[in-house]
Amino acid sequence: MNTPRATRRALLVGSLLLLAGAAQAETSTQDAIAEYREMFGDDNPAELWQSRGEALWHTARGPKQANLTACDLGLGPGVIEGAYAQLPRWFDDTQQVQDLETRLVSCVTTLQGIPREEFLKVKFGDGEKKSELEALTAYVVAASRGKPIALPMQHPAEQAAYALGKAAFSYRAGPHDFACATCHGDAGKRIRLQELPQLTTAAGAREAYTHWPAYRISQGELRTMEWRLQDCFRQQRLPQLKFGSEVAIGLTMFLAKNAEGGTLAAPGIKR
Amino acid sequence: MISLRLPGVLAASLLAVSLPLYAAETAPDAAAAMQRSFEAKKQAGMDRLQQDEVQTLCTRYTTATLPAEAASRIQQASLATVKPPSDGQYLGDYKAGEKIAQTGTGLQSSDDPAKPNGGNCYACHQLASSELAYGTLGPSLQHYGKLRGQSPEMLALAWRKLYNAQADVPCSNMPRFGHQKILTEQQLKDVMAFLFDPASPVNQ
Repeated sequence: MNTPRATRRALLVGSLLLLAGAAQAETSTQDAIAEYREMFGDDNPAELWQSRGEALWHTARGPKQANLTACDLGLGPGVIEGAYAQLPRWFDDTQQVQDLETRLVSCVTTLQGIPREEFLKVKFGDGEKKSELEALTAYVVAASRGKPIALPMQHPAEQAAYALGKAAFSYRAGPHDFACATCHGDAGKRIRLQELPQLTTAAGAREAYTHWPAYRISQGELRTMEWRLQDCFRQQRLPQLKFGSEVAIGLTMFLAKNAEGGTLAAPGIKR
Repeated sequence: MISLRLPGVLAASLLAVSLPLYAAETAPDAAAAMQRSFEAKKQAGMDRLQQDEVQTLCTRYTTATLPAEAASRIQQASLATVKPPSDGQYLGDYKAGEKIAQTGTGLQSSDDPAKPNGGNCYACHQLASSELAYGTLGPSLQHYGKLRGQSPEMLALAWRKLYNAQADVPCSNMPRFGHQKILTEQQLKDVMAFLFDPASPVNQ
């Protein structure tokens, strides 16, 4: 990986850390991230995940020795351009509302014959432990850059998912009585210096949703929407949100629908 | 006789309207879907998804939309939970209180249960003027004691807010630090001192 690009990246990360350290008090996190984005230009570390995902997409693997080019993400087999902008959605073959990540699991298991548990062994990457799911997600998401979010929302199950997501968003529980709405229900609030998007409004939902999945600077990892949601619930002091669960899909639907019309710029860069 | 029967009908329909307030229903099957969608992880057990009455009502309503009847019910029930300090002393060590205000960990599945919980006051409130990394979800508490003094009423009010904020503001976003045993009695006293002690950075 010792390409000039990787070296430049390392230098940039280093200078960001210095910058963050020196200017802790005066510079807000947002300013630091803006500066970081500027230094990178179009050079987002998420590209590493995208290219790994692209290779995975085209490689014949699993018991069926198939690649994923027949995977139907809602716009027909193999069509990835714009597919993410219309997810989550209902799929007739699985009889489920699926987000991108659960849909990718369906494709891997049915087309390649790789068992779900094996594919999901590393759902969320951690340093040397790379996640194939995150790489594939980054690849597909990047193919919707510049597309407006537009969900089909015709099927009753899609509407039910939205309604559940809306209810889950306000569900107060746990020792701290927190709900998603506690932090993301009002405009112009922040935790410490971190600005909080008001996810119930189009403006707030767009600001957040259009940049996820994202490369997370503080973790050096690309993180998906499923990761983001389960981490929110960890901070709410609630148990572990299950991957692909009703609430995970419902909340994604709620956020995506609220963000409708927003232009996708994911994978983004987050603190 | 119609005029006599009308109030009865009205009363019946009012009762029917007010009943769901106290039923454990949040939205169509949201509670059941939550149960299906989570799994226990370390100290964060599934019991944490079970809502008490305050959580149920405050899921359906905000402070602004909560019906008056439910508001006073929450306030009275919450007031009854507040235990004053066992030795009558409200103020502990402000330096320990400052540390609690700065600490955001505690009770997350990722936290060490052997370590004391933080209060994470700075996540939502401005406190000491010197700490610029404060949140704005709650009101500013800068110069808290300097502005209010240390009358018994003021100390009791602040203690109540820390112990169970629902007693004063039904459906407040603030955690019930005493009632839910997030902080110990001694920790609550230390936070009180952080707010009230004239030497505390909050009052500089």
